[in-house]
Amino acid sequence: MVDLWFQLPPLVQGLLKGLAVIGVIFPIAGLCSMAERKVAAWVQDRPGPNRAIVPWVAWVPLLGRFLQRLGLFHVLADGGKMLFKEDSLPGHVNKFYFVLAPILAMIPALTTVTTVPFGAYLDGAGALVPLGLGPLDLGILAVFAVSSLGVYSLVLAGWASNSKYPFLGSVRASAQLISYELSMALSVLPVFLWINAPGREGTLSLARAVEFQSGSWQGGLTPGWGGAWFGFLMPLSAFIFLVALFAETNRTPFDTIESESDLVGSFHTEYGAFKWGLFFVAEYAHMVVGSGVFILLFGGGWNPLPWVPLADLVGWLHHLTGAAWAVAPLFVGALSIVIFLTKVLLMIFFFMMIRWTVPRFRYDQVMKLGWQKLLPLAIANLIFYAVAIAWIQP
Amino acid sequence: MSPALFTLFAALTLASAVGVVANKNVVNAAMCFLLGLVGVAGLFVQLDAYLLAFLLLLVYAGAVVVLFLFIVMLLGPQGRAAWRLTPGAVVGGLVAGALLLAGWGSLLVHGRLDPPPPDGAPGVGAALKPYAYQLFTTYLLPVQVMGFLLLVAMLGVIVLSRKADGTEKAP
Repeated sequence: MVDLWFQLPPLVQGLLKGLAVIGVIFPIAGLCSMAERKVAAWVQDRPGPNRAIVPWVAWVPLLGRFLQRLGLFHVLADGGKMLFKEDSLPGHVNKFYFVLAPILAMIPALTTVTTVPFGAYLDGAGALVPLGLGPLDLGILAVFAVSSLGVYSLVLAGWASNSKYPFLGSVRASAQLISYELSMALSVLPVFLWINAPGREGTLSLARAVEFQSGSWQGGLTPGWGGAWFGFLMPLSAFIFLVALFAETNRTPFDTIESESDLVGSFHTEYGAFKWGLFFVAEYAHMVVGSGVFILLFGGGWNPLPWVPLADLVGWLHHLTGAAWAVAPLFVGALSIVIFLTKVLLMIFFFMMIRWTVPRFRYDQVMKLGWQKLLPLAIANLIFYAVAIAWIQP
Repeated sequence: MSPALFTLFAALTLASAVGVVANKNVVNAAMCFLLGLVGVAGLFVQLDAYLLAFLLLLVYAGAVVVLFLFIVMLLGPQGRAAWRLTPGAVVGGLVAGALLLAGWGSLLVHGRLDPPPPDGAPGVGAALKPYAYQLFTTYLLPVQVMGFLLLVAMLGVIVLSRKADGTEKAP
């Protein structure tokens, strides 16, 4: 099977890989909307969505009831409703941009996936080879560049809607997203200063960042810390990145853009049916990718535990079972993807818990936090790590 | 560089550049600008200057054009005001056109292109390290001058956005 795969032309391989990744991202984004409602319900001590069920599943004795209570079929019900509902187009909107905006929301959200490595396998020589759609040397820069285009969908949706609340929301969106992008980029720089210390090949690749946290980098800066995640080495960077990530993905406490209590829903006030649904899928896809980048940079990527790299885990498995499948590329690849996805889903769960923990900031508080607190903190953090890395480098 | 892709991106860039100038609706013009930037980024990618391509997208497409749209939206309907030909605009346009022609002429007469790198050798802009190295050695002075210029602009904004009594304007 592996041989057959490598005999396929590169274009077909790329296409199949892309479809496979979309086939994972889309259901996750859809399920997240469900999980959001369910987690919200659990936090607020109510059962949450628990009615929808497919008839045939209802006849399964115990499992059917359980799945119904879990609210799993509400995803299908919601999706079906959004697909078949009347797709109304209000008369007062700018039609071209009104239709373009939800499409523009999806494009950056899905394009960033190509630059994010999501797993690794062992090749014949025992070295870890990262798995990803586009192995880019400029990984993090590509993520920032493409995800910064996401603001257009919010701006255009608000402007094209041609009504008061969407407009206010999109003015906020453009200001908020640009403000926090700055802190986000600055918070990531120490990680890449560390990776690019003198004497090493220069790179901005995310896979290298994970390699560095696996302790597998030849001649590491501080060999004793091999396998330490950047989240432990640079907690402040991780914190600033996380806060900026919340702001960039419009999650509470930074969802002033769509804040339904004072802006009705802002940029999607005038939207309905599947166009509205696209905004939501895009938001969750953005969250999945954002969490993925956070995990890659600060959370050890596909390494199971801090100081326990994937290669060690596979080695132990091989040692314990003595089976050849434990080091087979397929098994290691699948294991790394499962570990990575688990971490990403845990991050998303964290996003949802924060939503019910921290109240929404007022708009001026958002701006003040971004420019007067986070940005100076990020600059000070960068200078501190620049000096520290220069200090401890041999 | 593949000729078909070059033609595609060059045509996209030129067409959207014309769109920026010819569009009366400011939002359309800004979106054409965005498309033009994507076209230029595509050309950079074709030249193996990936860093430049992504920086162009990050800085211009991701921030500058958004600010343009932001301003257009804040101005609202006045942003659609018809564009008029004033004597100043004519003189300015002629001077700018003449300067552009002079630049092209000087490029044709005195310009020379560095020979392309041999096949297989990556360009300077392909990887991060050679690029950064050049910025800190060969092009250090221009980088410093640009930094100083930006600092001056920033100070100007701070001065302009403050009221006479020293308090900040409400955002």
